[in-house]
Amino acid sequence: MPTIEHNGSSFEVDEDGFLLNGDDFNADWVDYVKGVEGISEMTDEHQKVIDALQEYYKKNGIAPMVRILSKTTGFPLKRIYELFPSGPGKGACKMAGLPKPTGCV
Amino acid sequence: MAKHETPLLDQLETGPWPSFVTDIKRQAETKPECWDILGILELSYEDRITHWKHGGIVGVFGYGGGIVGRYADVPEQFPGVEHFHTVRVAQPASKYYSTANLRQLMDLWEKHGSGMTNFHGSTGDIILLGTRTENLEPLFWDLTHDMGQDLGGSGSNLRTPANCVGQSRCEWACYDTEECCHHLTMHYQDEIHRPAFPYKFKFKFSGCPNDCVAAIARSDVAVIGTWRDDIQIDQAAVKEYVAGNYPANGGAHSDKDWGPFDIQKEVIDLCPTECMWMEGDELKIDNSECTRCMHCINVMPRALRPGLDKGASICVGAKAPILDGAQFSTLIIPFMKISKDNEFEELIDFIETIWDWWMEVGKNRERVGETMQRVGLPTFLSVMGVEPIPQHVKEPRSNPYVFWKEEEVEGGFERDIIEFRKRHAA
Ligand code: HEM
Ligand code: SF4
Ligand code: SF4
Repeated sequence: MPTIEHNGSSFEVDEDGFLLNGDDFNADWVDYVKGVEGISEMTDEHQKVIDALQEYYKKNGIAPMVRILSKTTGFPLKRIYELFPSGPGKGACKMAGLPKPTGCV
Repeated sequence: MAKHETPLLDQLETGPWPSFVTDIKRQAETKPECWDILGILELSYEDRITHWKHGGIVGVFGYGGGIVGRYADVPEQFPGVEHFHTVRVAQPASKYYSTANLRQLMDLWEKHGSGMTNFHGSTGDIILLGTRTENLEPLFWDLTHDMGQDLGGSGSNLRTPANCVGQSRCEWACYDTEECCHHLTMHYQDEIHRPAFPYKFKFKFSGCPNDCVAAIARSDVAVIGTWRDDIQIDQAAVKEYVAGNYPANGGAHSDKDWGPFDIQKEVIDLCPTECMWMEGDELKIDNSECTRCMHCINVMPRALRPGLDKGASICVGAKAPILDGAQFSTLIIPFMKISKDNEFEELIDFIETIWDWWMEVGKNRERVGETMQRVGLPTFLSVMGVEPIPQHVKEPRSNPYVFWKEEEVEGGFERDIIEFRKRHAA
């Protein structure tokens, strides 16, 4: 599996660039994903989505359904795509250090 | 020159059916990485197990689906298929093409991918089989900018809708399936490209109950054409069939001698509701008892036609077995007018009523057919604002576990045991 070096941190990732170990998550990771997921500038709104994902994951052991993410953050799906061009799965979950979404995608 | 030995696959080049192995080998002459498709497949034939890794999340910016990521688990051995992502491209309604369009698409795919395709995926999409992550955005750019074509759907969203050929070349089509499919596809681009649902959701459109796109079995909302007036009978043509001048079923059984056409045996006695009979040499139908099964029309297409008051039945909830068992769709609206004139307004309202409800109550990865099972048909009907009618069931329930709403029961559910004991001492 590839290793990514960014700002002095190193991360083990899978071929889609998702963190293999959620504990590796740190500010450097966020900065790295920002570059590959088409995000020009990190804002409080980005942070709010990341926090919501991590909190939900910590509590429930799964990523929230899109509808629940919209409800907890107050951002409609359209806004989430404006923030994360790859969407809540490939964009936001990756940045938040959550495991890769699975199923019939 | 073959890059890998493929003795098992080579056997599949024999026999009369077009061989996918021969086709891939031909493509490998210009695209050497295609040898690795054959190589990894041969290995799977030997090992009897797949050699693709679990899952894969790739895509293009702005969309949450459309591309199915895939990686080989033996990339050193088969570097040509290390990345082997599948791109779903939206197909035209009914899959009519011009060679100009297909040539342009193939040029694009030769440039950005393996050149291998699936025409078409079961849902309907054009499937471009096998490319690398770094090619996805350039391919998408060319596809949208040079061809004006878009990706199809994947993920927990509205998948690519599909339809039967309908009025384009079938005299039984009871509404314009192509126009309807195209209109709804365009109308719901957002729902197709950005997954927002508890799970996947599919539409399919068939022009009549023959259901050539198998909507009843393969879509969460199946729109199946029908009529509600009388079957049109051309008695002169009936006589031609009886006289043996027109072949039954359009000649579909002409490869075997089934004897001369017998209208009694092949039509009247096979009508599921027994609503047909001959009066002299005239064919009669009691249309009030006809279930519009299509049998008589299928047998005598030149003599019988669907009625003039056309529309569609709307059925909801078909799905494959996972999780709680396979389901066909269940009838919800027996007859709906399907018209381009009001931009399919009634159908769109119906679909959005389902979505508004299912997006709220549907559990994670629960198909709408399972949500319906969980809450029960009566609850689903009341959500949809549809009055229950006998046509909603094949047969009434046989168990007596009937729920009543409190307001339906005189005196309600609040009862006092002390009051009861005054009449029935313990
Ligand atoms: C007026 C008197 C009674 C009424 C109205 C009554 C009613 C019921 C009902 C509604 C059930 C559930 C059936 C089901 O869910 O399949 C049941 C089950 C049962 N009853 Fe009664 N019952 C009465 C008297 C009795 C008596 C006197 C006994 C034993 C001495 C008894 C033993 C059972 C048993 C063992 C079951 C479980 C059967 C099973 O699970 O297959 N019942 N009863
Ligand atoms: S479903 Fe009916 S209308 Fe559509 S192509 Fe088949 S037979 Fe014709
Ligand atoms: S369509 Fe079917 S039910 Fe109706 S008359 Fe013909 S055979 Fe009978």
